[in-house]
Amino acid sequence: MSDVPVNNGRRRFLTAATAVVGGAGVVGVAVPFIGSWNPSARAKAAGAPVEVNVGKIEPGQLIRAEWRGKPVYVVRRTETTVSSLAKHDDQLRDPNSEKAQQPSYATNAYRSIKPEFMVALGVCTHLGCAPTHHGGDFDQFVEGVSEGFFCPCHGSKFDMAGRVFQGVPAPLNLVVPEHSFTSEDTLLIGVGQGEA
Amino acid sequence: MFTNFMAWMDKRLPLTDAWNKHLAQYPAPKNFNFWYFFGSLAMLVLVNQILTGVWLTMSYEPSGDGAFASIEYIMRDVDYGWLLRYMHSTGASAFFIVVYLHMMRGLMYGSYQKPRELLWIFGMLIFLVLMAEAFMGYLLPWGNMSYWGAQVIISLFGTIPVIGDDLTLWIRGDYVISGATLNRFFALHVIALPLVLVILVFLHILALHEVGSNNPEGIEVKKKKGTIKPEEQSKFAFHKQYTEKYDIVDAIPFHPYYSVKDIMGVAGFLILFCWVMFFAPDGGGYFIEAPNFEPANGLKTPEHIVPVWYFGPFFTVLRIVPDPLLGTIAMFSAIIVLFLLPWFDRGVVKSVRYRSKLHLLNLIQFSISFIVLGVLGTMPATPTANMIGIVAAFGYFGFFVALWFYSKNEKCKPVPERVSH
Amino acid sequence: MKKLLLAFCALLPLFAFASGPSVHLDKAGNDLTDKESLKNGFKTYINYCLGCHQLQYQRYNRTFKDLGIEEADGIENFMYTGEKPGDHITNTMPAKEAAKWFGSAPPDLTLEARLRTPDWIYTYLRSFYMDDKRPFGVNNKLFKDVGMPHVLQDLQGVSSIDEQSNVTPAMGGSLTTEEYDIVVRDLANFLEYVGEPSKLEREAMGYNVLIFLFIFFIISYFLKKEYWKDIH
Repeated sequence: MSDVPVNNGRRRFLTAATAVVGGAGVVGVAVPFIGSWNPSARAKAAGAPVEVNVGKIEPGQLIRAEWRGKPVYVVRRTETTVSSLAKHDDQLRDPNSEKAQQPSYATNAYRSIKPEFMVALGVCTHLGCAPTHHGGDFDQFVEGVSEGFFCPCHGSKFDMAGRVFQGVPAPLNLVVPEHSFTSEDTLLIGVGQGEA
Repeated sequence: MFTNFMAWMDKRLPLTDAWNKHLAQYPAPKNFNFWYFFGSLAMLVLVNQILTGVWLTMSYEPSGDGAFASIEYIMRDVDYGWLLRYMHSTGASAFFIVVYLHMMRGLMYGSYQKPRELLWIFGMLIFLVLMAEAFMGYLLPWGNMSYWGAQVIISLFGTIPVIGDDLTLWIRGDYVISGATLNRFFALHVIALPLVLVILVFLHILALHEVGSNNPEGIEVKKKKGTIKPEEQSKFAFHKQYTEKYDIVDAIPFHPYYSVKDIMGVAGFLILFCWVMFFAPDGGGYFIEAPNFEPANGLKTPEHIVPVWYFGPFFTVLRIVPDPLLGTIAMFSAIIVLFLLPWFDRGVVKSVRYRSKLHLLNLIQFSISFIVLGVLGTMPATPTANMIGIVAAFGYFGFFVALWFYSKNEKCKPVPERVSH
Repeated sequence: MKKLLLAFCALLPLFAFASGPSVHLDKAGNDLTDKESLKNGFKTYINYCLGCHQLQYQRYNRTFKDLGIEEADGIENFMYTGEKPGDHITNTMPAKEAAKWFGSAPPDLTLEARLRTPDWIYTYLRSFYMDDKRPFGVNNKLFKDVGMPHVLQDLQGVSSIDEQSNVTPAMGGSLTTEEYDIVVRDLANFLEYVGEPSKLEREAMGYNVLIFLFIFFIISYFLKKEYWKDIH
């Protein structure tokens, strides 16, 4: 089409160079657009770790804390409760907490840092309802177990370590969130043991 | 693979045909100069405004109580929020700079003249909607200048006899500018007006490609069919829509020649744009005005209320007329005369290169008057400023009147048949 | 067309007048990279200003991070009222009561440096003088009949102006004039930071973007030249 001989190699090289550098520019421009969808400082402040004073919880009592919009159950388990945890392993789906529903430091028989304190999200692993705590009259749901959690939505049952019983809709144990003790009586939900 | 896909698509949608008609085989005059960058740059800024606007909407809160705080939320709490906001605020001013230069180009080379009158009208409609869009967007940060700027402009409608007061009340939806006003401006700014704007831009380009691009010489590159010898015609292949009706000379396909040139133009423009955006996003107090760092306050007027710089010329025309109603009429007339430009100019020669000295001088004095009006619009009103403003306004309107008189029998230089440079 | 461009250029100086005459302000000489100065300003702000003026859009933890303060350190030394680190820097002064005490509610100062410039703040805090006619016994040369008392009087003391406009330097403060100027300068510096916490990040990013664009411009220039060999 032209009188001047076309240097196709040079032309192809420059086209490719422009496309590559221009493409890099487009990727660069995309960064703020994508980055702005991350949780904002406001969301992070609202989702900041929550401190709970566990010193005032009576043995056997459950208190609810709120962390990132979810209820967190904190129970001071009595010694009887702790010792009875091992007695119904054969009725549970995952008695040894093999599924990753808890941080590594809570992967033990009590699913907690201190045997005394149970910390778990009050969110049923079936469809997200809040299980209710039954202290004393749980044997109406599971024979021989006096304390546990019962989900009113579809009848899922959990023991006092948040482990799910067999034969209910919920597939997994209750989630144990990252948590740690900053002092004897201060529980910090949202920061794992040894992280902060 | 790609060829098969395109074949499949082409049977169902004229994709390849549209690509050829508007880009790869669109005959663009080969002599576009610097002034021809601004059309594509305006498109670029429009895309920037829409994208950043959509993203800002995700974090902005359109309410009297929340708007101001939500801007600071964007500036501080949202990752890269400050960047998105500055892209949008700098983009607003850049839009007007680019559009004003684009219009200046049209004035210089007679791109509004027959057969491009409708093209010009669409362009002017874009400009009008753009001003409305900018005005409503300016209220959204809910700063004190936002508030009082809107107050002044809305009260213009109050100067209309009989219905004025009811009209302003209706526009505000309240007895003062309030959350109700903010919400309706927000809806118009983010949905209604951008939609209109995009449709108008589409029509503007469609009309352009129907009549063909003008050029600095003001000579048509589409000649009557059968008048040009084949060896004289452009060497390039053009879409049959153009070659069926015309013999085409001195034109080149838009793509790749002007696409690569426009990419270079975009790079150059972005250097300037980013320089301002990253190092002086306030634009020296012109792009973001200092009183806007204070929330809207109906009881506290900023020291002097001035509109954003791009409204300056029209605001000055409003201000120099003592009577409010006549002032409003004068201001709107300043826009209407631009619409009517194709009919004020009764000449045949398009480009200023071949028109009379008188026309060149008229054009220069018009540009100066426009800039002076703009500068005065951002300054407090003083008697001296008013005097200068009156002179400049005479220059502004005088351009059109004089043009109408001299263009009929203007002594122009002979226009060459062909584009030579 | 060159003539037109020239005409445009000739008019540019007009914009210089557009800002109009302004009051004389002393230069604060701010430096946002001076973290020590910012920390001192922050400290002064917490101790002297926060009681009345909030920074309601600025968060403690963001400030700590940008000023290089460890969070534990920050909670210890900069937070006195039991907020969480993610909270905004606010006070508990009721706005309505405050309006009664001072004539109008003390404004939020997050954006003060952008509203009035840092130099204005610097000059303002050095412009108080004795005036018995005012409720707090002081007035301000820069902001006439301001409702605010001279909060830093302990540090600066107070100057006086007689009827012939002779200024007696400030006396009775715990700091020398030079020391006081540094305190106020640090405060102005801090307020400039709070006005736009992302400013340093913005400028740093700006350099990178401009370098990238220059490279892109050069490549696209050669690409254009290469293609346009067909035409010329």
